[in-house]
Amino acid sequence: MVTVAHYLVLAAVLFSVSVAGIFINRRNVIVLLMCIELMLLAVNFNFIAFSRLLGDTLGQVFVFFILTVAAAEAAIGLAILVVLFRNTRSINVDDMDTLKG
Amino acid sequence: MISTVLFYSFAAILLVAALGVITSRNPVHAALFLVLAFVQSAALWLLMEAEFLAIVLVLVYVGAVMVLLLFVVMMLDINVESMREGFTRYVWIGAVVALLVAVEIGHVVWFRSSGLQFLSTPAPFPADYSNTRELGSVLYTEHVYAFEIAAIILLLAIVAAITLTMRRRPGLKAQNVAKQVAVRREDRVRLVKMDPSKD
Repeated sequence: MVTVAHYLVLAAVLFSVSVAGIFINRRNVIVLLMCIELMLLAVNFNFIAFSRLLGDTLGQVFVFFILTVAAAEAAIGLAILVVLFRNTRSINVDDMDTLKG
Repeated sequence: MISTVLFYSFAAILLVAALGVITSRNPVHAALFLVLAFVQSAALWLLMEAEFLAIVLVLVYVGAVMVLLLFVVMMLDINVESMREGFTRYVWIGAVVALLVAVEIGHVVWFRSSGLQFLSTPAPFPADYSNTRELGSVLYTEHVYAFEIAAIILLLAIVAAITLTMRRRPGLKAQNVAKQVAVRREDRVRLVKMDPSKD
């Protein structure tokens, strides 16, 4: 039978895959944004699994707010990306060095 | 039994799609793999009887956020090849870090889960149980302030995205409505006194 631990392990593997994605695609800002979306998805899996385990709806309310904030984050991130591309003609992370950090 | 088969098939497709997102050469393919991952997650959430969130995931993420992402990916002219430099160099460190994270979380889940019955299957809800009603009954009562703050965050996102991407192009022939409204009669009309002609 499918237990809660199955979902937790699936979420762990999904999270680690997206962490690896951030290391692999460390130049491409668009894929970095996608990896962040995947991470939030993995976190949502945990929230829903625990909500199911404890019989508490609060976990699903949390997922609702995470989805809201993630949508806002994606919209603003893509807007920043478009402005960045318009100014530098590139979305490479290595080109974002105007602050000389 | 059938739920076990469904869980493993959905989970397998989800992980394959996630690997496709992080290894695709083309960002458009990565975005489409991400759509597949979201759809599989929605199916898994349905298996966990979180129906409302599963539908919201498909509607909001696949329907809105991923379309926005695809628009941006296709609008930008990206040099794909320069993005792939150092791929093989970083794939090892990425794999090692991912393995560490997975082992650590798995260790916590399997061995440190004292007190919580992780290995239990939650009893299915009765047939007349409505997940949407249950969620709404707490969302609009206990968490109504958080709900309104979420609405303000969305408004903020709209305003921020529009102000960031709006630009003034030089040479654009646009109306200045304020100037048009504020114009006075004296600015435009000039009365000229002339003698009537004699002949």
